[in-house]
Amino acid sequence: MLIQQIVNGLTLGAIYSLIALGYTLVYGILTMINFAHSEVLMLGAFMALGLAALAPAIFGNGVIGLLGMFALSMAGAGIINVIVERFAYRPLRHISRLAPLISAIGVSIVLQNGVFLWVSTQSLPFPEPVAIGQVPVFGATISTLQLVILAAALALMGLLHFFVEYTKMGKAMRACSDDIQTAGLMGINPDFIIALTFFVGGALGGAAGVLYGMNYGSIKYNLGFLPGAKAFTAAVLGGIGNIRGAVLGGFILGFLEVLASGYIPNGAQWRDVIAFTVLIIVLLVRPSGLLGEKIAEKV
Amino acid sequence: MTKLLRWRWLPWIALALAAAFPFIAQSLEMPYLVRVGGVVGLFMLLGMGLNFTLGYAGLFDLGFIAFYAIGAYTTSIAMRAGVPAPAAIVLSVAVTLGMRALLGLTILRLRGDYLAVVTMGFGEIARLTINNLDALTNGPKGMQVAPWRPLAFLSADPNVQYYLLILAGVAVGCLASRRLENSRVGRAWIAIREDEIAACLSGIPVRQYKLLAFTLSGAFAGLAGGLFALWEQFVTPESFVFWESILVVSIVVLGGMGSLEGVLLGALILAGVPPLMQATLSAEWINYRYLFFGLILVLVTLFRPQGVLPSSRREAELTS
Repeated sequence: MLIQQIVNGLTLGAIYSLIALGYTLVYGILTMINFAHSEVLMLGAFMALGLAALAPAIFGNGVIGLLGMFALSMAGAGIINVIVERFAYRPLRHISRLAPLISAIGVSIVLQNGVFLWVSTQSLPFPEPVAIGQVPVFGATISTLQLVILAAALALMGLLHFFVEYTKMGKAMRACSDDIQTAGLMGINPDFIIALTFFVGGALGGAAGVLYGMNYGSIKYNLGFLPGAKAFTAAVLGGIGNIRGAVLGGFILGFLEVLASGYIPNGAQWRDVIAFTVLIIVLLVRPSGLLGEKIAEKV
Repeated sequence: MTKLLRWRWLPWIALALAAAFPFIAQSLEMPYLVRVGGVVGLFMLLGMGLNFTLGYAGLFDLGFIAFYAIGAYTTSIAMRAGVPAPAAIVLSVAVTLGMRALLGLTILRLRGDYLAVVTMGFGEIARLTINNLDALTNGPKGMQVAPWRPLAFLSADPNVQYYLLILAGVAVGCLASRRLENSRVGRAWIAIREDEIAACLSGIPVRQYKLLAFTLSGAFAGLAGGLFALWEQFVTPESFVFWESILVVSIVVLGGMGSLEGVLLGALILAGVPPLMQATLSAEWINYRYLFFGLILVLVTLFRPQGVLPSSRREAELTS
């Protein structure tokens, strides 16, 4: 039972972490909450559903087909995020902090209703990517699907870590996140780096959407909202703008939810209340999140 | 435009027109307009309330609708216990003020987006608690509220009665907002919003003034919630989802933060347009109303990022 719960917590936490990374990357550079991120995640899942029908024809069945579907959905979600940034956020970048937030809300409504009107108003079944089996682990049985989700999420986090820490573009991203104006003076094109950040964040969100679809087996036009809001909470819990913090926050939130529903009487009903209460308590003790740095006040 | 806005008779003319509106709508056989007007009025109250927190003091609150819910449920529970309706509304205002002050005392040390997330979390906690406390709130099934018919001498239609009652609330709220804005307190809020450290160094007790702005917002939400419960005679947790908080924030930002006229106009557009579209669009377009709504939100923000009717002071801040 306990091992089963731990694996559930890890799976859910991994999905939240991937989404939280998208929020935190964008926030790290623009200090802006990308409210449309939950829709990017939803669109990632829908693209994967569309591609699942096409992919076998292009890539063949099996692992390659699955990877192809995954990569294309991620790229598609990333591109959508870049387009949203270009048209809805960039014109407002230097104007005020709240204006991009409102246009993000508008974009979110448009994307959600676009799918509602032109794709489906109902839940659609999400195909099983792999034949689901049960693996015995220390006396508990774990579904292979959960292992696939966990492995995919961890691989993506590893890739992101490599990209941000060891490549030139990652270095440029970190520079922009430190100080975007100075980065511009050092020959970095901030517009490009911002677009790149939106692409990477969107791609991770898209991947999370696909994994979410796999985990629950069906997708709907409004699926992004709840995991989006929770992942955003996770990003803040870990310290928004901080990449490791987003991962930590995601896993903590995932565990909290699973343990609350598993071990507290009536826990399923109260699980979100518990998660948000923990968030508030953590922020009262550490006002910039678990791994967030204390930012000096402007004077 | 600015000249028109400064015209001293404009508020009175607007009030008179607004008061005559339900009777005109009835004579034109468009009674649904009265309902739309009432809803717009409730969102005007909510917008004015949030304007203290977000517009004047610059505190980002994403869970404002929780206090609308607390107001609505306080009135409903009080009515069930046999409290007369006017006293129930007063009680709602008192309870929301108290809860808002308590929440403010604990969380106002947080800044910016952290405050936004904590208020969002509180909003969800409040909604889920209402949803789960079946004994007190009847849970997701919702609560019936006994009918109360005020102003029966003016009109037999309850929608008109509540429209006029809400209008009176809005008028009082406007007056209070204006008086506060031009007072020592209002100037202190604006100073905090523009530069907290400078305000602190000028001897403004920042913590107390932030708490005051945060708490006063609650009164408006409590009043709006109480009126909503009495008007609808039915409340469910479904009415107080996160999306509604976002709508109120959008009203304040889109209208023009810190500008009373802006907030009123923002509520008129954002709360009025979707139901109007529902009533007027033909069947094949009716499903597109939220798509249009989202597009309007994006386009208005792109063309008027400072808000439709920003306060002159706020505009100067943003362009400097």
